[in-house]
Amino acid sequence: MDKNLIIQIIFYGFSTVLILSALKVITARNTVYSALFLVLAFFTCSAIWILLRAEFLAIALILVYVGAVMVLFLFVVMMLNINEQPLREGFIKYLPVGILVAVVVVAEMIIVITNGFGAITEAKASGLMVTSNTKALGSVLYTDYLYQFEIAAVILLLAIIAAIVLTLHHQTGTKHQDPGKQVQVKAKDRVRLVKMDTEKVE
Amino acid sequence: MLSLLAQATSTVTIPSPLYHLAIPEMAMLSMICIILLIDLFVSDRTRFITYLLTQATLVGLIIFTVMNMAGVEKVTTFNNSFVRDAMGDILKISIYFIGILIFVYSKDYLKARNLYKGEYFTLSLIGILGMMIMVSSYSFLSLYLGLEVLALSMYALVAFNRESAKCTEAAIKYFVLGAIASGMLLYGISMIFGVTGELEFNKVFTYVQASGGSLTLSFGLVFIVIGIGFKLGAVPFHMWVPDVYEGAPTSVTMYLGSIPKIAAFAMIMRILSDGMQPLFANWQELLIILAILSMAIGNIFAIAQTNLKRMLAYSTIAHVGFILVGILTAQPQGYSAAMFYTMVYAFTAVAAFGMILVLSRSGFEAENLEDFKGLNERNPWFAFIVLIIMFSLAGVPPTVGFFAKLLVLQAAVEFHFTWLAIVAVFFAIIGVFYYIRIVKLMYFDRVEDDKAAKIEVGGDTKLVISLNGLAILALGFYPFVIIELCRSAFKLT
Repeated sequence: MDKNLIIQIIFYGFSTVLILSALKVITARNTVYSALFLVLAFFTCSAIWILLRAEFLAIALILVYVGAVMVLFLFVVMMLNINEQPLREGFIKYLPVGILVAVVVVAEMIIVITNGFGAITEAKASGLMVTSNTKALGSVLYTDYLYQFEIAAVILLLAIIAAIVLTLHHQTGTKHQDPGKQVQVKAKDRVRLVKMDTEKVE
Repeated sequence: MLSLLAQATSTVTIPSPLYHLAIPEMAMLSMICIILLIDLFVSDRTRFITYLLTQATLVGLIIFTVMNMAGVEKVTTFNNSFVRDAMGDILKISIYFIGILIFVYSKDYLKARNLYKGEYFTLSLIGILGMMIMVSSYSFLSLYLGLEVLALSMYALVAFNRESAKCTEAAIKYFVLGAIASGMLLYGISMIFGVTGELEFNKVFTYVQASGGSLTLSFGLVFIVIGIGFKLGAVPFHMWVPDVYEGAPTSVTMYLGSIPKIAAFAMIMRILSDGMQPLFANWQELLIILAILSMAIGNIFAIAQTNLKRMLAYSTIAHVGFILVGILTAQPQGYSAAMFYTMVYAFTAVAAFGMILVLSRSGFEAENLEDFKGLNERNPWFAFIVLIIMFSLAGVPPTVGFFAKLLVLQAAVEFHFTWLAIVAVFFAIIGVFYYIRIVKLMYFDRVEDDKAAKIEVGGDTKLVISLNGLAILALGFYPFVIIELCRSAFKLT
């Protein structure tokens, strides 16, 4: 079978899944389902990126959005116990504004796509395709931008220290476990054998 | 075959950066990590270990930099994003030195307020690291990253006293306005990058020199100057300064009000002189507006303040105006005068805030003007030190503040800004009023209530602040070594 045909089949397959899951994100009744459909949308989106040979973006999308952001979302959604009924009220009231925004977005996309989008041919981008883009990024990140990269690491360290300083409360008088003491405990600390005289039954 | 091999190796060999140029930065980062780890094993009683390590780091850096300073030529490395030159070395030494003073003065204040924690020292040191990065940055990217390192540590330090609502409010104001400032600066940088396609200052310089200005470049320049104005606290971007100075713990205000000004001076020099010198006609006009407004608003509003920290905040704004007068001449003489002014200002401001810390004690902040009433009766020696500090801030001879103002005015007159020099002198005279008012309160007013403040700080703090005050006076008699250093930074000798 033709190679291009296979790629096209894969592309349309993933695109269908992407569009359907994106629709389910906004129509699902259960917020947890919405979040999970968003995860599915991210996965299919990253698959399409891999088809476009943008593997770094694909990996970053899965690691950052699926791995971190969406897990956080799920935690928040599950913890907050949102009552969804008020969220759906006023659908008709906000419909005109929504339609207006949608029309503007579609119009903008049409303008961009019809004017000049086709001008970017593969020849211009081919210079980037010589090597994998992860390698291309890595080769400048650890050489040309080594200094900046290290400073970015310092900023992360600083953020950790600052966040801990500003949020960690050492409360006294709370009951908490001390794993060190739990491990060191001996049987004789737990059970105390007391010798007692047998009581006489009168 | 051989040529193929050579080609294969040439693609993987990378020119190694000149790591030895960045030894101070690397040493600082290593020491921060070491102090962070050691502090975990230190109890509140033995916290002096953290303190001593912090001071030892700064002393070590001073010794290292001074020993390697002779005959420094401008060298860049890390793909042109790091520069080492005489100006950078001198500014860094002054940052380390004033950093030492800050930690000495803060120690007893922090202990009395239950803020004497290891993280305070780590965060302060990271801030100093950010300033070092800013001082020796040679591309917009590393400059911005250094600025963020400094700003983030400052936000955390301002909010360090979590129990105080005032601190939290100040921190949020500072954070929001700091973020806006960063946004402005980045937007300007993106414009410059869009036109020149370069981030390194020397390449931007070459491009601008070859092509001349353009509308987009000027547009980007305006946003960069606005960003700098926010960070410096120049009028009309000064709104955060009094609130943050007043709300932050006084030891943090001392930090915030002194050494970041040196780093900000370096930032202006790197961007406007190293990068955009050919466009000086454009940024000169912007700085003239900032300078006049800063001197006017700073000096006039300071008169109305009853809180000393707020008063010093407006005084900072006025001094920033003076620094800008030196820079806007766009000539090496003006730059060196502004550099001297910045260093002298930081050295005097640290003593002024240090005096508030010395007179404060647990449960009492000597931050109102009334707290200085009759200081001469209670403690003549410290009253004398405050007198020197206030005279130096006002620019009264024979203190070093006089020479700082003189050099800036001299440069302004020399490069045809005589009218600006007259304006500067006019506002400086207005400014003398509120500095002298403190002297009057100390010497001619009597204390009404008998809360006769006993001074609780340790002997080392008393000794260091006395030396600091006397140095301000002594440098007034013999400022020439430092003036020569500042001139040599711009190859004027």
